Parts: sequence; structure tokens; C-alpha cells
Amino acid sequence: MARSVVERTLAGVTESLEQSLFAEEIAREPGALQSLDPRVKLIGFLALLLAVSFVHNLWVLVSLYCLTLILAWISRVPLDRFVKRVWLALPFFTGMVAIPVLFNFVTPGNPLLVLSNSPYIAITEQGARAAAFLILRVGTSVSLAVLLVLVTPWATLLRALNVLKVPTLFLLVLGMTYRYIYLLLRTSSDMFLARQSRVVGRMKAADQRRVVTNTMGNLLGKSYDMSQEVYFAMLSRGYRGRPRTLDQFQMKPRDWAWAAGLVTLAVVAVILGGR
Amino acid sequence: MLSISVPAFVSGVVSGQPMHIPDGYLGPWFAMAMWVVSLVILGLSISRFGRRLSQRMVPLVALFAAFSFVIMMFNVPLIGGTTGHAVGATIAAIVLGPEGATIAVAIALLVQALFFGDGGILAYGANVFLMAIVMPWAAWVVYRAIAGNASATSGRRLVAGAVAGWAGLSLAAGLAGVFFGMQPLLFHTADGTPLYAPFPLGVAVPAMLIPHMLVASVIEGLVTAGILAFVQRTNSGLLHAKDASTPQGAVNLRPLWIGLAALVVLSPIGLLAGGSAWGEWAADEIEGIVGYVPQGLASTQGWTAPLPDYGMSGLAPAFGYILSAGLGILLVVGIVWGIGKITARRTAQGKS
Repeated sequence: MARSVVERTLAGVTESLEQSLFAEEIAREPGALQSLDPRVKLIGFLALLLAVSFVHNLWVLVSLYCLTLILAWISRVPLDRFVKRVWLALPFFTGMVAIPVLFNFVTPGNPLLVLSNSPYIAITEQGARAAAFLILRVGTSVSLAVLLVLVTPWATLLRALNVLKVPTLFLLVLGMTYRYIYLLLRTSSDMFLARQSRVVGRMKAADQRRVVTNTMGNLLGKSYDMSQEVYFAMLSRGYRGRPRTLDQFQMKPRDWAWAAGLVTLAVVAVILGGR
Repeated sequence: MLSISVPAFVSGVVSGQPMHIPDGYLGPWFAMAMWVVSLVILGLSISRFGRRLSQRMVPLVALFAAFSFVIMMFNVPLIGGTTGHAVGATIAAIVLGPEGATIAVAIALLVQALFFGDGGILAYGANVFLMAIVMPWAAWVVYRAIAGNASATSGRRLVAGAVAGWAGLSLAAGLAGVFFGMQPLLFHTADGTPLYAPFPLGVAVPAMLIPHMLVASVIEGLVTAGILAFVQRTNSGLLHAKDASTPQGAVNLRPLWIGLAALVVLSPIGLLAGGSAWGEWAADEIEGIVGYVPQGLASTQGWTAPLPDYGMSGLAPAFGYILSAGLGILLVVGIVWGIGKITARRTAQGKS
């Protein structure tokens, strides 16, 4: 029997909570990337991300993906989970988008494999490469982003964003958002669970929709009320509109070496990769 | 051509997979340009919204960003067992006003991109432009146009919210299609292999626009109306939280319509200019800029030959694409405008 909408939402919420727990666990492992200064990781990964975006050569792209896997491996990230998390989410969108690209009616070019002559249908060389570019680029970029978060506790990452000149006020909001996402996820999961435990039989789609939108409306009211309370709490603790942060990062020789290494790899990839 | 690629997009959209653009779909220069545009508009929104709210802005925006993040995870049932996700930018625009919605949704998108790998980091600028700027502003304009001066608990506001959600997301999706469709024109190798999103405008725009108009935008509209109805019944104070939302009453919408029209007209023009400039650069100046001809390009010996299909010689068909893209977007705006006029008249008649 198909699961109800409420059940599916509950499962989704639980999964994302679990995933963040998994991330925090890995961020505490004594791996190679975990012990680096977060600013180095941020700059290094950004350079690699740009390289992935600029490269015009499939083999260089493949090498960059392998590099990502090596980085994950030396950071004690379970490779099977890492690869699964990236590639299982991808086929749904990018995979299906990429299929029609293979054929001559979307990407004209030199035929690689002629499927039918009348009407003329063929997989073109250009099409195959275009699809490979898309899938590899998306896969490697997502892998890099996921890996960065896996090896860096989010609070640390947030403070490291300061280096990129992200305004402190913006970071304050970002940090609070992240924190309240979990609160609101818990609240909505409670609401759905309470609802689910009072339902007998199956609901019509219209009723289910009402349950979902009512929960959202309730959550909206709660969010608004809570923002008032949080504001008063901030005021009573001396908030004057100017957030302050403790910046205790310190670059060690090892950090400089890694920063230089990652950026050099990115530059080499771009040079080898065609532009 | 459409019959094959459209189902792929449709299933992508219907299956409720992330509607955010991942990295790899947009060329790096394009992505960076979108970063600049979005950062400027985000900065303006922060200063305008901050002036109205001052210190209260921080918790309010944080909670609304968390809210829009969380409701993006809710499965919303449509007909026949399909479900989808709402973006939530519409309800944020209605309660916070468009500037507030821009900031809140931009933050929600940043959390998704950074901490959940959902939506690209280089593509963040484009995602902000579409879902945190175009969508809430368009939705807000439509909402104000239809809701007019109706009381906070009037049914007309529900219609306004539904149409606004539908129109806002449809416009954003259509523009995303324009973005995708521009990539093969702007970025391809000498033999015509697209380097990023590979579909031409004629495919990408309808493939993004039509399924969104039929599914995702309908969900956004239903969700917005549903939340509004619930809030009207239980918490109507939220709808006239004067200091948080924009001032109630008549608003001169003309500049917003002009801005929207300019947006529609300008995006294809940018494509025209960008397309030819990039093509010329790639063909004539790459050796001068890079100092050598990259291996892969040199072997194709296509320097003097016109680039197949997408190059300079393809200006006339490119113009056709531009026209169709512009028409598609104008169509959405036109439909919304029509629906707005009709419902506004009906509600007015029903009242008198």
C-alpha cells in the first residue's frame, strides 16, 4: 500500500535529521581534512569547484572526481555511503535530462551508433560527450559540496565564511536559520505524528492537502511568534544590532601546505582541461 | 523533439526532486554574472527591509528562512497520487513583503546549497535570482493586483494567493528554461558539443515552463491559498502585521509591471549580445588570450569553418528561439493578468 503523504513527509524529515547526525559524526573523526583550518578547506574546495566548472576535457573531469574520492578516503568518510548519497540523488533529474541529449535530434553531430535510418535516429559523438560533461560536472560538484560539509562542523564552516567577506549580520541570520530549521523540523514532525496517530483509514487527496497546508499555516504562526520571543531574548541579553564573533582560527604550516596543494591542483586541472 | 525530452523534465519536476539548479548546468561566467546581479539586489533588499525593521529583522528573517526551508520538505498531494513540493516564496512575500521574502528565501537556499548539497554553490546566484528575487516579486505583484483593498479575511485574498503562487513559480521556471537554453549557445566546443546544460532554447523553455505550469506551480498556488485560509481562520493578525509587511492599501503597481516587462524583454537581448560576443571570442581570440590552441580544439581544425548549428551563422534561428522564449514568458504574464482581471471583477461583483 502506498504510504500516505503524512508518512512520507515524516520519513523525509527523519532522514534529513539522521543525515545531519551522520555528518556531525564524520566531522569529529580524526581524518586528514577534518584537522585542517576551515578557511583552507573553504578556499581549496571553492578552487576545485571552479576548476570542475571551467574544465573542457572529460579526462580531467574524471581525474577531479577521483581526487574527490581520494580526499574522502583519507578523511575516513565511508566511501560507499558517500558515493551512494551523491549518485542516488542525481539520476532522477540529471540522468533523465541527459538521456535525450545523446540523440541526433537534440545534439546533431557525428553519428556514434545509428539506431534507425528512417527516421534517422542516432547517438551522436557530440551528444554522448555533452551528456558525460553534464553528469560528471554535476556529480563532481555535488560530491565536493557534500564532502566539505561532511568534514567540517557547520558552526566552524559558518565562521570560516567570514574570510570570504560575508557580512557578519548575514552569518548571524544564517546560523540562527540553521538552528531553527531543526527546531521547526522537530515541531512539524511532532505535528504530523500527532495527526497520523489520530487517523483511521485513508484520507482523500483534498483532505490530505488540507492537513499539510494547515500544518504549514500553523508552522508559519509559530515561526512568527517565535521570532518575537527570540528578539526579546536577544534584547534582554544585550543585543544592539551588532553581532560579534570569536575568531580563534590559526594557520599552521600544514594548513598552508594544504591550501597551496589544493589551489595548485585546481589551477593545473584548468590548464590541462583546456582553458 | 519535444515528446522525448519533455517527459524527462516532467518526471524530474513531478517526482519532487530538488528544483534548484545544481552546479554543472550553467557555464562559470554565466553563473558568476548571476552572483553579481543577485548580490546587488540582495544588498538592496537588506538595506530596505532593515530600515523598516531595524534590529527585529534578524530573528524574523531567520525564522522565516527556516520556515521556508522546512515547508519545502513537505509532500503535497495533487491528483492521482502525484505529490510535489512548494517553494514557499509566495507566502513569505505576502507576509513579509517582497524584500523580506528575498532575504529569507536566499538564506534558505544558502543553507540548502551549503549544508545539504541541494542546489549548486556556483549556481547559487542563479537560484537566488530565480527563486528568491523573481518569484517573490512576481508573486507579490500579482497578489497585490488581485487582492487590492480586500479585507484580511476576504476570500479574494485566497484567489490572489493561489494565482500569485502559480504565476510566480511559472515565471521563475520559464526564466530557468531561458537560462538553460542560453548555455549551449554561449558555451560549446568547436565541434558543437555543449559543455553545460545541453538543450537549445526551443526545448529548454517549454520543458521547464509546461510541467511547472501544470504541476509544481499548481502546488505552490494550492499551498499558498491553503496556508492563507488557515491563517485567516486562526491567526489573521499575521496578515496585517503592519510593521513586518508592506503598508496596506493601494499601491502603485505601474513601476513593478514596467520592471517585470523590462526583465522579460531584457533577458533575450542579453542572450543575443552575449551569444555573438562569446562566439567571436572563442573563434578568433582564444589563441591570443590563452597563448596556445588547446589540444582538443586544435584537432578539430574548425577555426575558419562556421560552427555547426550554434555559431555565428546561426544568428537567424537563434533569433527565432529568443522570440519563442520571450513569447513563452509573455504568455504566462498575460494569462495571469487575464485571470487577475477576471477574478477581481467577479469578486467586486459578488461584493456589491
